Amino acid sequence: MAEYSALSLLKNALSGNRDWKPAWRKPDPKPSYDVIVIGGGGHGLATAYYLAAEHGITNVAVLEKGWLGSGNIGRNTTIVRSNYLLPESLRFYEFSMKLWENLSHELNYNVMFSQRGVLNLAHSPGQADAFIRRGNAMRHSGVDAEWLTPQQIARKVPGLDTSKSARFPVVGGLLQPRAGTARHDAIAWGYARAADRRGVDLIENCEVTGFLRTGDQITGVSTTRGEIRAKKVALAVAGSTSRVLQRAGIERFPIESHVLQAFVSEAIKPFVDCVVTFGAGHLYMSQSDKGGLVFGGSLDFYNSYAQRGNLPTVEDVMSEICAMFPSVARLRLLRSWGGVMDMSMDGSPIITRGPLPGLYLNCGWCYGGFKATPASGYSFAWTIAKDEPHAINAPFTLSRFERGAAIDETGHGPIPKLH
Amino acid sequence: MLIDCPHCGPRDLAEFSYQGDATRTRPDLASTDTKAWLDYVYHRPNPAGRHREFWQHAGGCRAHLVVERDTLTHEIFTVSFARKTSGGDAA
Repeated sequence: MAEYSALSLLKNALSGNRDWKPAWRKPDPKPSYDVIVIGGGGHGLATAYYLAAEHGITNVAVLEKGWLGSGNIGRNTTIVRSNYLLPESLRFYEFSMKLWENLSHELNYNVMFSQRGVLNLAHSPGQADAFIRRGNAMRHSGVDAEWLTPQQIARKVPGLDTSKSARFPVVGGLLQPRAGTARHDAIAWGYARAADRRGVDLIENCEVTGFLRTGDQITGVSTTRGEIRAKKVALAVAGSTSRVLQRAGIERFPIESHVLQAFVSEAIKPFVDCVVTFGAGHLYMSQSDKGGLVFGGSLDFYNSYAQRGNLPTVEDVMSEICAMFPSVARLRLLRSWGGVMDMSMDGSPIITRGPLPGLYLNCGWCYGGFKATPASGYSFAWTIAKDEPHAINAPFTLSRFERGAAIDETGHGPIPKLH
Repeated sequence: MLIDCPHCGPRDLAEFSYQGDATRTRPDLASTDTKAWLDYVYHRPNPAGRHREFWQHAGGCRAHLVVERDTLTHEIFTVSFARKTSGGDAA
């Protein structure tokens, strides 16, 4: 498994690309490990990588029920940003942004991180005030933010309907220039390859069916590929969090699973060169390097584990994108799909020890997990290795609900579908 | 998804508004039991499979309903008026 480089590309091209080696091994599970990470998605793989790279803990297994990256890491709309309001969120997501900025280099894998900017459109004076307030909070925390006038927006995004006769006229927009997109599969594969090279066992088609315990202490897992023991068991299973915790005897938990749909259109010539979000409803879109418009909207708004949604949401999302960009109305949709979101009670994640001794939790990502992948893995690995939180995940406890210390960006309260 | 409203008949999902888990019981308003309130406000069973949940026929008769639905397949088993199901006069 050689380093990827311009030279290796050239050499392999000359030999007809027949000599590439698999990017990671396919080991059988060992009887025991120092740490088991359940969930081979972005967050689980990042956690395994940082355990090995930052803490020298390489006797690690990642257990994945399906194949690596088969869940939300490959189902999102690839947006990376740190344009939050609350100091806890800003600190966490800006930390993530800084990891993103060096990720291709660090992993020796091109994650195609493109800092093309994320523009949040405002459609009323009240919304403009709220966005400017958020922009000021960002700048106060050292995060980049700029307020754009409708004239500046019209020049930046020519296809956008910025006319006064639009159904929801644009009154301005908050731009984070350093935000952007990345290639989502590459994140999973890059972390997987980098973790494997440091000795982590990536075990696919291995579903956790139960937990081994000595008293209260979690001492391993039973799986479809046999029992595996470990000193520490870490969960990074997103929408399946409640299901896996139920196998550890935890019946009630501050998470609801909801389905979120995403869409991609047929490929067109360069049309929009930044991420644009619609503030009069809920829509976020960008154009992929292949030319398809990649976009999504709100949840379907009911509990679901189905990884597919219903048509009213599709209709709603399409009407929004046509209101923003009237010229896309005749574009054909290429694909649509759904993913299961772990919607927490305040819209913020949970990265912590517990709730049982020997168990570690990483969940509650709502629809914001993709951009968090590097910081999530980094701080979760820290928490597992040192048995105490890193400064960036210290506020994201499980006990915050009990203590009245919810981190609620939108102020919606404990109604998961609204976060 | 079609929801068979007991008053209006089968109607499209778009007419209904989801109001979450219907298995929770609110503690007595005078209760100061923090654990009970924590459980009521924040904790959910979130099952993969049969789920009892509140919906309101907001774009129709406006009745509050209890729907039993499979969260894995979206299949709907039963729909009833919330008032009748809960047995009290709170809907």
